Amino acid sequence: MTVSLDIENIAAHYGSTQVLKDLSLSVKAGELVSLLGSSGCGKTTTLRLVAGFLSPTSGTIRLGDRDLTRLPAHQRDIGLVFQNYALFPHLSVLDNVAFGLKQRKIESGERTRRAKAMLDRVGLADFAERLPGALSGGQKQRVALARALVIEPPLLMFDEPLSNLDAKLRVDMRVEIRKLQRANGTTSLYVTHDQEEAFSISDRVAIMNAGRIMQLDTPEVLYQRPANAFVARFVGFENLIPMTVKARDGASVSAEAPGGAVVALSEAELGPIPDRFVLATRADGLSVQREGAGIPVELGLRTYLGRAYQYETRSSAGSLIANGSLAEPFSTGDHAVLVPKPEQCCILKPEA
Amino acid sequence: MTDRIHPLLGIFAALVFVFLVGPLIIIIGASLSDTNFLTFPPRGLTLHWFTNIFAVTAFKTTAITSFELAFAGTLLSLVLGIPAAYALNRFRVELPAWLSTVYVLPILIPEIVFGFSLMKSVTIDSGFPVGLTLLIGHALLVLPYSVRVVSASLAAFDFSIEEAAISLGSPPLKTFFTIVLPNIRAGVIAAFILAFITSINDVSVSLFLTGPGISTLPIQILAYMEQFFDPTMAAVSVLLMLLTVGVMAIVEATLGLTFLTK
Repeated sequence: MTVSLDIENIAAHYGSTQVLKDLSLSVKAGELVSLLGSSGCGKTTTLRLVAGFLSPTSGTIRLGDRDLTRLPAHQRDIGLVFQNYALFPHLSVLDNVAFGLKQRKIESGERTRRAKAMLDRVGLADFAERLPGALSGGQKQRVALARALVIEPPLLMFDEPLSNLDAKLRVDMRVEIRKLQRANGTTSLYVTHDQEEAFSISDRVAIMNAGRIMQLDTPEVLYQRPANAFVARFVGFENLIPMTVKARDGASVSAEAPGGAVVALSEAELGPIPDRFVLATRADGLSVQREGAGIPVELGLRTYLGRAYQYETRSSAGSLIANGSLAEPFSTGDHAVLVPKPEQCCILKPEA
Repeated sequence: MTDRIHPLLGIFAALVFVFLVGPLIIIIGASLSDTNFLTFPPRGLTLHWFTNIFAVTAFKTTAITSFELAFAGTLLSLVLGIPAAYALNRFRVELPAWLSTVYVLPILIPEIVFGFSLMKSVTIDSGFPVGLTLLIGHALLVLPYSVRVVSASLAAFDFSIEEAAISLGSPPLKTFFTIVLPNIRAGVIAAFILAFITSINDVSVSLFLTGPGISTLPIQILAYMEQFFDPTMAAVSVLLMLLTVGVMAIVEATLGLTFLTK
């Protein structure tokens, strides 16, 4: 049984501070959606609202055809995995995993059998009788995962589950989480501040800021086609240049950057270009040339990236970062021209 | 390489030891003296004064009262104190900071003042019987220990463990008993012991609240001393001391003494 999670027009407050503003989000049946953002963006608040540890001031939360909005947390039937594992320190690993089954009044023999089978799936069958204190961080998180999965919840939620693990283990665990989630087809909501983690395991990612979802899309779309300046910066577009269209000729557009530099763009390559827009590129999206039609710059610090040289540059449109080829190195103080590569540029609405 | 210890530090430590342990040795000595007045070193050796304790009925009845009172008062303070400590920790952000101070007022204000105000408000104004007044007084007197010591345990408790249990289908109240309480057990036991000892030893508050027919052991010791200045006093003190040592020995054997100071 897979069901969808539907969050509609949720608002939440801590005292008089509004932490979520009219947030809506749908996680389709069997899908894994991540909430990604820096601390204080509202991602954990959203998760706690769905879990039932917080109450929204308005809006509804539905899981399949069940309305969770006013349901007490212990009746919601959601599997939760916490950042700090939250295992029961006084219970053995087996009893930790069996805890949820006990609440569901599953008979003791069946309970043990199912808990053991789940421990086996996460590779901890030999640790059943240990106390959580005797486990490593990675093992603890596996127990927590087993404990959440064994109740076969219609919804799994993860609250920064890998943040307390070291880098190598983080990668292994996220693959494991994804495999288990896929195998069970459990609808999942995953909270993290780590972009690589979110992009690597999610079907879709919601990038959040100040209590709002800035963009909800597949990792590929977010990475290549950010919808606004916030998301563009978040996914690593170093250069956001506000521009004004000076002339149009069919699909060809001449646009002017602050300070008067004019670049030629094509709507055939970039899609519709409004009269005022922001041209967003990563450092790779600007080619560094001796001359040509582009933004004239003075080169600053050069750093070696292995695949390219990266230059800090100063232009009349502000500071820009560009990667130049290894074959043709420039020196600090050289004058050059930055030419946008259309396939690596995005046209964004101007920021308010 | 060992750290050099300044000779004065050794002398200082020795003096502290002498002043802490000295009076206890003197009391033990005095309780064994074959004289009918308190003296040290003891002249002659006798256990007469220990048997004399049991000859004075008032010691027995007040001792029973004291133990009953300490037990009931401590339990009552825990029943009130554990939920208070839970709320103070669980809702630390939401609750005003001064609230936790309210729970330690009984040890912050002078015991004489505390005892007097209880007499005024509970004994005189409400007209409760003496036994009930004593119970309320002692429960309030030891409440700070229940709240503070249990709080210290809860401060180290990760409340996401509680949330994990709730998310797995355990109702909040049941979760408190099956998940929270087992993990703050040491704090609850420590609170019980500290509160119990405080209640047993209390003079100032009991002085105001005892009444006709009901008294506690420390009050009885004072009353006895006003009439007789014989080594029975010392013998009672030694018994109380042995009781404390016994309790501590049990604590040490079961939980380790360090957990009282954690």
